[in-house]
Amino acid sequence: MANDFTRRQVLNLGVAGLVAATAALALPRGAWALDVGQARGLIDEVVGEVNRVINSGASEAAMLVQFEALFVRYADVPVIARSVLGPAGRSASAGQMSAYSQAFQGYMSRKYGRRFREFIGGRIEVVDARPVKSYFEVVSTAFLKGSAPFDVRWQVSDKSGRLLFFNIIIEGVNMLASERTEVGAILDQQGGDIDRLIAVLQQT
Amino acid sequence: MLSNLKSGAGFRLPRLAMTAILLAFLAGCATSPSPQGISDPYEARNRQIHNFNKSVDTNIVRPSAFGYGAAAPGPIREGIQNFALNLGLPANILNMVLQGRPGPAVESTARLLVNTTVGLGGLLDPATSMGLAEDPTGFGETLHVWGMAEGNYVELPLVGPSNDRDVLGLVMDIALDPLRFALPTAEANTSTAIQILAGLGRRYRYSETIDSILYESADSYAQARLLYLQNRRYELGQTVETGDFVDPYEDPYGQ
Repeated sequence: MANDFTRRQVLNLGVAGLVAATAALALPRGAWALDVGQARGLIDEVVGEVNRVINSGASEAAMLVQFEALFVRYADVPVIARSVLGPAGRSASAGQMSAYSQAFQGYMSRKYGRRFREFIGGRIEVVDARPVKSYFEVVSTAFLKGSAPFDVRWQVSDKSGRLLFFNIIIEGVNMLASERTEVGAILDQQGGDIDRLIAVLQQT
Repeated sequence: MLSNLKSGAGFRLPRLAMTAILLAFLAGCATSPSPQGISDPYEARNRQIHNFNKSVDTNIVRPSAFGYGAAAPGPIREGIQNFALNLGLPANILNMVLQGRPGPAVESTARLLVNTTVGLGGLLDPATSMGLAEDPTGFGETLHVWGMAEGNYVELPLVGPSNDRDVLGLVMDIALDPLRFALPTAEANTSTAIQILAGLGRRYRYSETIDSILYESADSYAQARLLYLQNRRYELGQTVETGDFVDPYEDPYGQ
């Protein structure tokens, strides 16, 4: 239990903290700090753009087009699409994969974009960013009208050559995992046929 | 942990409750390790219950919630919700004590006092703006703190997604609720009615999210199961930094 520390454990933690702090001071102000700042900046930018679209007063159809453009600009769509499809992607041709990725991008923008009303009058604030393993996690808090503030985490990577987000985790609920379940279920219903999956995603 | 046992023994618990508590102690006293993945051996039965729950929602709960949403203005619905949360506070405080968390127990007690008096019997929630926000808990969390693992996924009739541990927690929450011992029958029935209205209010308020899961997913059972398990583990602080992390760059075709 977190609050059952013995005195020795507390002491050990203190020593570990001191060592870590010294190590951090001894190291040159390196790439990590800069990248954390960039990852945070990326999400600040995404949040700002999304707020701008929501408050623009444009029609829903126009907003959905703008959300799709933002998704393409700030998220690693091909990697998200491939990861969501999972092993089924192995047997797909290059043409099918690119058609699927395109359909997935529109499906995601419409699915999440349609929920924009819940964000009217609300805001998302970036509170923290840190390196985790091979990526960065940007922690934000969403303040929506009529609900208690909740936790939204953005996973950001530069492995594509650019800094892009590849996952969003809302109160522990992982978008990649959720979409794997959803796209997997559609694929099952379509008898494992990727072309039929693409057609369903285009209409959803 | 001994302090838990002592404070727990201060209440006159039914024999069933004492047995369950002792069993939980036998299960071990360390918080259960972070679970990963999905354990769903009851899937066939769970899916039947899910279909039943969905039809109850379609035919009764959803229309009632929209009727309630249309009939009662926002501030009234909010008052009912506050009142229901206030009624749940004695049980929360009891669980916080059983979890060995005196700080939150004291804060929730202050919340109960403020909202019951200044908040007009719980209709208003001035405590939140004083920094005493709602901190939901239950016996399911108590069992988690005592080391019981979540077990298998369970979908309960009318209640919805749960797990083995939270099913036991729910039974215990009903058995142990201090209000049951404090309130005469008529008031207890009113309290149940308030809880039902508050439930309809939440179904109304979160209708976009709930509708998208139940009616717009390709497999609403699998989607509800995933969301519940992830969110429940998050609530209990079993964060998924290592376990459920999906790295699309490491293994783009993997599962």
